[in-house]
Amino acid sequence: MAQATPTVRGGTHGGAGQPRGKVSFYRGGEGMVTWVLHRVTGVAIFAFLFAHVLDTSLVVVDEGLYNGVIETYHSPVIRLLEMGLVVAVLYHGLNGLRITLIDFWSQGAARNTMMMRVQHVLFVVLSLGAVIPMGLATIQEITENGII
Amino acid sequence: MPSEAAQEATPTTSEVTLRVLRYTPGKDEEPHFEEYAVPVDPMDRVLDALHYVKWHIDGSLGFRRSCAHGICGSDAMLINGRNRLACKVLIRELPSVINVEPIKGLPIHKDLIVDMDGFFASYKRVMPFLVNEQVPTDKERLQSPADREKFDDTTKCILCAACTTSCPIFWPDNSYIGPAAIVNAHRFIFDSRDTAAADRLEVLNGATGVWKCRTTFNCTNACPRDIDVTTAIQQVKRELIFNRI
Repeated sequence: MAQATPTVRGGTHGGAGQPRGKVSFYRGGEGMVTWVLHRVTGVAIFAFLFAHVLDTSLVVVDEGLYNGVIETYHSPVIRLLEMGLVVAVLYHGLNGLRITLIDFWSQGAARNTMMMRVQHVLFVVLSLGAVIPMGLATIQEITENGII
Repeated sequence: MPSEAAQEATPTTSEVTLRVLRYTPGKDEEPHFEEYAVPVDPMDRVLDALHYVKWHIDGSLGFRRSCAHGICGSDAMLINGRNRLACKVLIRELPSVINVEPIKGLPIHKDLIVDMDGFFASYKRVMPFLVNEQVPTDKERLQSPADREKFDDTTKCILCAACTTSCPIFWPDNSYIGPAAIVNAHRFIFDSRDTAAADRLEVLNGATGVWKCRTTFNCTNACPRDIDVTTAIQQVKRELIFNRI
């Protein structure tokens, strides 16, 4: 095509430098929802790892600074983020296992619905198993020491 | 089939609001929705409603259709957020407000008509024809029912592009060869009479091939011929992983 033509791309009408219209979402099924969640949790985990590498590297810069940053990990807000991290890792990992099975197991695509159910049951059970004790420990810590 | 009593209770005509994404290059700055009140029979299809708009309200509306019976694959559109053939969707299956947009990821020529050149260029890359260099004999190339069954599903493709343009990987990256091309490669890769499977697998093993698939199953859900597209893509992946090395 020699002439510039507008394009409908990924939820928005119009590509870079082209006319834009109203946002229009594709109503995909569970597979698309899990794909979006896989990406969101992947970015969240990467963001944590990036921050974690930075705060850990402070130990070679200044011991006091490192201790101060690590101390903030006891704050309820960070504890809440830690719970979110566990949930994100569980979702990303379990979804990744399902995707791997779809690729490597000859029945993977045919059994996707069943695998998706198992994945989400495991996700809920494991998430509750992790978040409940973490939440209780945080509440106990706040009760004993107050909010840091 | 509804009972006679139910049929009598169903009003013969009602009215739906058809919201169509319109765009005319050189005239409109950006695509925009225009609404049309269309009298319909519950057994009408979305294509009938589009015909009504074009023939009775606004003759400038642009859309493609040919056979109008789900065979030619010309009228794939984004109908209420999902890729469907306008000639196969009954009005009664939809709410009273119906959004109709062009399929995503391809340049718009006008209104619901998109430029399919890139789609067919990807299709041609997989050599969608039987290749057999053996000297022909005066007999047919026989094939067992079991061998025929291997690619039976992928013979049903009508190249409507509903699968490729439902893929979230394809929307921002037109270089991805897309589900339709892979389906048509599958049709010949697993054909026992064909001798060019290696060449097709070479194409599909590249950076724009099957490995871009993220198994969202949008393509399988969008196919108007009920082809299990994701399974076909996975079979090609497995052929590359286990049988080609």
